[in-house]
Amino acid sequence: MAKPLRSDVIRLYKTLLYIGREYPKGTAYFKERLKSAFMKNKDETDPEKIQKLVARGEFVIKELEALYFLRKYRTMKKRYYEP
Amino acid sequence: MSGRVLVGVKRVIDYAVKIRVKPDNSGVVTDGVKHSMNPFCEIAVEEAVKLKEKKLVKEVVAVSCGPQQVQETIRTALAMGADRGIHVEVSGKDYESLGPLQVSKIMAALAKKEEAQLLILGKQAIDDDCNQTGQMTAALLDWPQGTFASEVTVEGEKLKVVREIDGGLETIKINLPAVLTADLRLNTPRYATLPNIMKAKKKKITQVKPSDLGVDLTSRLQVLRVDEPPQRQAGVKVETVDDLVSKLRECGRI
Repeated sequence: MAKPLRSDVIRLYKTLLYIGREYPKGTAYFKERLKSAFMKNKDETDPEKIQKLVARGEFVIKELEALYFLRKYRTMKKRYYEP
Repeated sequence: MSGRVLVGVKRVIDYAVKIRVKPDNSGVVTDGVKHSMNPFCEIAVEEAVKLKEKKLVKEVVAVSCGPQQVQETIRTALAMGADRGIHVEVSGKDYESLGPLQVSKIMAALAKKEEAQLLILGKQAIDDDCNQTGQMTAALLDWPQGTFASEVTVEGEKLKVVREIDGGLETIKINLPAVLTADLRLNTPRYATLPNIMKAKKKKITQVKPSDLGVDLTSRLQVLRVDEPPQRQAGVKVETVDDLVSKLRECGRI
């Protein structure tokens, strides 16, 4: 059975693992949740649904990037710009 | 303008790490501590990459001074979109005494060697908080400077820089070549994604020694001791106004 979306899913997982290294609550916490989120849908076979799930994962990446940026920005602002 | 931009990046202890002072008060603990690029340098890199995306400059070069590990920081800059890197090798004793003056001498020498048209630096590093390198570099090169930039626009052969100053903003127009230092609100730096970091491994990092640039790194500063900031004292709760008044009288406030 061909699995055309397999590489997309693996790429998403790897990217999330990479981005999770900076997660405020720790890498281990993030990794555990990431794995369970992927395992929950491991039996999904409908390509359309898989594509939707991958799109959701990509949305999470964007959210995490925004979270990290805001966290850094706020720390800097608090440290240097507030009396 | 259509020249080359040099961006200085510094490897510092990550902003989220709790800084600890060495027991002998000679400095802070750096072994086994997470390091990353100075946040203000990220903003500087982003601004340079943006200029390149607008086709206003032809090349972005990231420069960092320090031991082998600073190459990671240069890689991050390359992943964000810089074209190539220059690693100025400084290690051991020289690295410990490396201050703004020494770095600005290196940056000035490199700006001349690379024929840069613009130099962008972060306004300050979050480890030593010096806020001097940009200003010193501009002085050594005798170039105009736009410090604390919160908005930069290219107008022909001139730059319009909006500066963050006490109590407001100041708009200045300066000639190129120039030195800029990035303030916090200049832009939002992009995230160095995994595929871009992989691609950045193919980009070139040139290694140079300060002696090749004819820069003398001797420092006239001596660190006497490093101390932690004083701990904030715990407060007390009082029950009544009378208690408050008597407490205040006790500590001589009224």
